[in-house]
Amino acid sequence: MTHRSHRLLTVGSLARVEGEGALHISVRGSRVADIRLEIYEPPRYFEALLRGRAYTEPPDITARICGICPVAYQMSACRAVEDACGVTVDGQLAELRRLLYCGEWIESHTLHVYLLHAPDFLGLPDALALARTRPELLKRGLRLKKAGNEIVERLGGRAIHPINVRLGGFHRLPERAELDRLTAVLRQARTDAEDTLGWVAGFEFPELAVGHELLALRGRGGYAIDAGVPYGSRTGAFTAADFESHVLERQVPHSTALHAELDGRRYLTGPLARWSLNGALLPPPILALAAEAGLGPTCDNPFRSILVRAVEVLWAVTEAQRIIERYEPPPVPAVPVPPRAGTGHGATEAPRGLLYHRYQLDGDGTIRAATIIPPTAQNQAAIEADLRTFVQDRLHLDDVELTRQCEQAIRNYDPCISCAAHFLDLTVERA
Amino acid sequence: MSVPRLAVWKFSSCDGCQLTLLDCEDELIELAGKVEIGYFLEATRRELPPPYDLSLVEGSVATSADLERIRRVREQSKYLVTIGACATAGGVQALRNLASLPEYQAVVYACPEYIDSLADSAPISAHVPVDLELRGCPIDKRQLLEVITAYLADRKPDIPAHSVCFECKLRGTTCVTVAHGTPCLGPVTHAGCGALCPAYGRGCYGCFGPMETPNTRAMLPLLRRDGMSDTNITRLYRTFNAEAPAFAAAARDAEEADG
Repeated sequence: MTHRSHRLLTVGSLARVEGEGALHISVRGSRVADIRLEIYEPPRYFEALLRGRAYTEPPDITARICGICPVAYQMSACRAVEDACGVTVDGQLAELRRLLYCGEWIESHTLHVYLLHAPDFLGLPDALALARTRPELLKRGLRLKKAGNEIVERLGGRAIHPINVRLGGFHRLPERAELDRLTAVLRQARTDAEDTLGWVAGFEFPELAVGHELLALRGRGGYAIDAGVPYGSRTGAFTAADFESHVLERQVPHSTALHAELDGRRYLTGPLARWSLNGALLPPPILALAAEAGLGPTCDNPFRSILVRAVEVLWAVTEAQRIIERYEPPPVPAVPVPPRAGTGHGATEAPRGLLYHRYQLDGDGTIRAATIIPPTAQNQAAIEADLRTFVQDRLHLDDVELTRQCEQAIRNYDPCISCAAHFLDLTVERA
Repeated sequence: MSVPRLAVWKFSSCDGCQLTLLDCEDELIELAGKVEIGYFLEATRRELPPPYDLSLVEGSVATSADLERIRRVREQSKYLVTIGACATAGGVQALRNLASLPEYQAVVYACPEYIDSLADSAPISAHVPVDLELRGCPIDKRQLLEVITAYLADRKPDIPAHSVCFECKLRGTTCVTVAHGTPCLGPVTHAGCGALCPAYGRGCYGCFGPMETPNTRAMLPLLRRDGMSDTNITRLYRTFNAEAPAFAAAARDAEEADG
């Protein structure tokens, strides 16, 4: 089959990603001529519709950009607006925000590990097929995923588009007893997370090494989630206020998601970047388990990102336990955030990578301009480059197998195409 | 009896309503044993041919490609349920219906000519007949399970169309408006969330859209009394269900008063 002179292979929509898109691969002779990750996001124009809204609204409105990581949007929005208003939320309120974010990391990563990604390594069409052969594995995954959702529900009111987040903090603080009810759930979650890491460590990982610049937030003294300074492996550290002087978005004809570059270079954000830049900041017991699972100090194989996700779930569970153990109710559920004219920037680590917001406010708090740079848009160019390398080395495969492996390769990045995309059809054109 | 074939479709949306199905962690395995998944891209790469007995449709119709696709989905579906504010009212992206599309596009895209976008973001029912609408931004997990369970049992789902106020009373939550003067859309908002916001000391912001017979005219002076400006009242109605007719009318009333 590889000797036909003209080939056009079209495979139906790519499954088990959040949202839908298309991949177009053109092969001429023995060379990959062109690779385009086509994203047909029905544009929803959030940056346009935020103009004229009140400065208190972005946490609720931008949550609706993504049903998978609404907390990430709420947290980046809060940080950016609070920055514009000159307010810093710290102490126990910041800890509670981090707890909420840990819940989303556990839920979103476990969804990806068990329901979206693992079936590729097991040769199954979906995770539900696992229910017939290894039901205890699927049950463990669902239990762990539910533990993450329980944190978000307890603190945020509901798992998707939580209602309890506001500028300055929360509408209502949790009672000590409410958080205590999570203790038993998290004890089980810790066991499940350790077992999950051990399980995925046994998967077989296709060879692929990528050498992009990496971008992740760096926290003070810990692995960054809800706060930190943007750090590029070549660019170095820069402030969130400088984000748009380093990261430029440009439109490409084949995608409704904008492509981003860091100082003119394509780059990668997300679990691989976080692990390679910040992994050493994780607590020693977790690092020991990660090493046992086969993760070195850096990781440049996107197929092994499932290992990093499993490590991050385990870490998020222990972080949630720590915050709950030390929780002392703060004096007020939210600190005041009075409006003022100015511009604010906020960046946090969504499960799939760095999420940046910027708002420009009038003196009365009316939003004049908004910019949102989601992780999948930042990763799009790197995904295309990696697929090019990946396909080039596998042109000997038949179309069915090549397609299957490309789908798996795309899932490595946990693309959140709802944030950035719509259809994903795969077309391989060989000439 | 053959196993019903379930399909889950995504249009212009955030993915959250279909994720609600995967968030049924305790019920998912049992559910998977009672239906055959014919199409559910987020969960499986396996596709079975139509017809589909039960189709759950998330998202609004916002591109010409979506418009063609929803017609095909309708043809292939015996019982079609729209899930969530995008599918039932056009969603937050329907705010563009009140603005100029070219102007909106220019804000986001350098080259809008590449973008396929209809002028309006519309609910599914604006284009094809819908058998049942499930409200919410996002939908409520218990209500989704009720719809599926009722379908499997061949009975009518118990989805009340009364207001959030009923749910506050059932939950035993003290009225945030009466006790604290907090502006709240509970009296005019469709039930289904379990009166979540008031339980967290926050006024309802209407994410389930209007209840069956909302008296938004009577709400206007109450919201003003509790400190809301007409501008903020307009914004409140014009958020996640801006194009639901009763909320659209209420927003116009507040906007006109605002001058």
